[in-house]
Amino acid sequence: MSSTNQVGPGALLRESFIELSARERAAAVLDAGTLRELLGPFDRIESPWLPLQGIVCQADDGAVIARGTIDGQPAVVAAIESAFQGGSIGEVSGSKIAAALELALADCERGKIVRPVILFETGGVRLQEANLGLAVIAEIQSAIVALRAHVPVVGVIAGMVGCFGGMSLAAALCSMLVMTKQGRLGMNGPEVIEQEAGIEELDSSDRRQVWQLIGGEQRTQTGFADALVDDAVDDVRTAVRAAFAQGMPHSHRSANVDATLARLAQIDPASVTPESMRAVFAASPTNLHGETA
Amino acid sequence: MNYTTTSRGTRWLLALTGVDARGACVQYADAPLGDETARFITVAPDPANRFPRARDNVVGLEQGWLLAKAVRDAIAEDAASGKRRPIVAIVDVKSQAYGYREEMLGIHLACASAVDAYASARLAGHPVVALIVGPAMSGAFLAHGYQANRIVALDAPGTMVHAMGKEAAARVTRRSVEELDELGEKIVPMSYSMASFAKLGLLDELIEGVDADAPSNAHVSRVRDVLAQKVREARGDKSGLAHRLQGESAQRTRAASIEVRKRLAQQWDAS
Repeated sequence: MSSTNQVGPGALLRESFIELSARERAAAVLDAGTLRELLGPFDRIESPWLPLQGIVCQADDGAVIARGTIDGQPAVVAAIESAFQGGSIGEVSGSKIAAALELALADCERGKIVRPVILFETGGVRLQEANLGLAVIAEIQSAIVALRAHVPVVGVIAGMVGCFGGMSLAAALCSMLVMTKQGRLGMNGPEVIEQEAGIEELDSSDRRQVWQLIGGEQRTQTGFADALVDDAVDDVRTAVRAAFAQGMPHSHRSANVDATLARLAQIDPASVTPESMRAVFAASPTNLHGETA
Repeated sequence: MNYTTTSRGTRWLLALTGVDARGACVQYADAPLGDETARFITVAPDPANRFPRARDNVVGLEQGWLLAKAVRDAIAEDAASGKRRPIVAIVDVKSQAYGYREEMLGIHLACASAVDAYASARLAGHPVVALIVGPAMSGAFLAHGYQANRIVALDAPGTMVHAMGKEAAARVTRRSVEELDELGEKIVPMSYSMASFAKLGLLDELIEGVDADAPSNAHVSRVRDVLAQKVREARGDKSGLAHRLQGESAQRTRAASIEVRKRLAQQWDAS
């Protein structure tokens, strides 16, 4: 086990990233004092669909878009607020993220590189906006694929909601994924699997089993995420900076088709476990703890 | 073709291409469309699939990565020649595969690999058209169809688009299926119907009067004409998915999406 998983004696004194709101998280990732929020609460672009269903809106629709710099370079952060509707993606919140990425792409195409960071904290599509939630997620995905030809797209899954549904695909498209031990990354939430496939398939109340399956530690050990960090503002900041400093990966995870099919072929579905799959999907998580590895 | 494994997707693949398809859970074939050759791809039921939760026409681990392979092979084969063959996604997918092993082994990445491949094909200049002949559900539709330049659908019982199956959506939102249907009448994005999907500006053509299960030759040739037409449109359109916001219906139903983009652009650079 790498040293990044251990909670050192000083760790409890460090500022938690998980406990921050989306706005505070965006500020924490950007260089100090550089945050400029776009389409903030005072712009009042709210969901047109929630009031029709008797649900109170939030003035930013649960997505914070912030410009600023990262290591002095122009950046944009899209941060999802899990406290509003579980971080679910509606027409407005999703369009804000897609539009931010599209504008970053337009800048990159003109030779002005903008560093994009997405702070995922979402259950996926907002069911009250169903088909539009799905549509905007497709647009976010398209923008990520186009953008990462110019600049690494960095994603962070800190927790405690995690990243699920269509947005888990968006996370998988990122050039670089940073997770905490508390973060979870999966397509179908444990409750959904239990509902669709039965409790013998997965007991969603078994927290230990769930984290062993889709938690940050397992995901970095098996190559589905790149960096495992403590729940600390410093560590997340450092990991995001390291990701940009490292530059473009040799190939993107979602484009490694033949290699992954070959790995899957080695898996015996009847017997595979989170432990045994590590032999086939071995990865060495980057040590981005802010210390020399 | 094995009768027990036929589905709308495989029937339309055969009808449109007239040749034996390659593959099991993901089937594809190259065939003429208009005056060029297109690659047609569908997800097929696969009762012998080694992943038990992925034996229906759902997008599981293998389906996701094999969709990516079918698309990427076409991109690679065309890369040197300069021609960019059209890619037609025949959509008949009930859902993504729900299972313990699927989550463990990264179903999210498998689906993302298909998204990546289709988006990359579109960005590389391949006209990508989705033809919805059955359900186009949730993450499975994201993986197979939703990255297309153009989306068309048969106006037939059984074609639908949604973020979640009706029964599951009813449970999660604590509503009855009847209430969900009523809500869909009032709130367009909540509806399962293709007509509502069209109102959102997301559907480029609803093809009426075609038997989705047993199409006649005339039906098939009409669908082929529509596909060829959409391929021509896509070739001349560099707007990518922004195309979906440009139609008349989108001006009404997606006003918020358009407003967000307009105002974010205004605020993008500090004044």
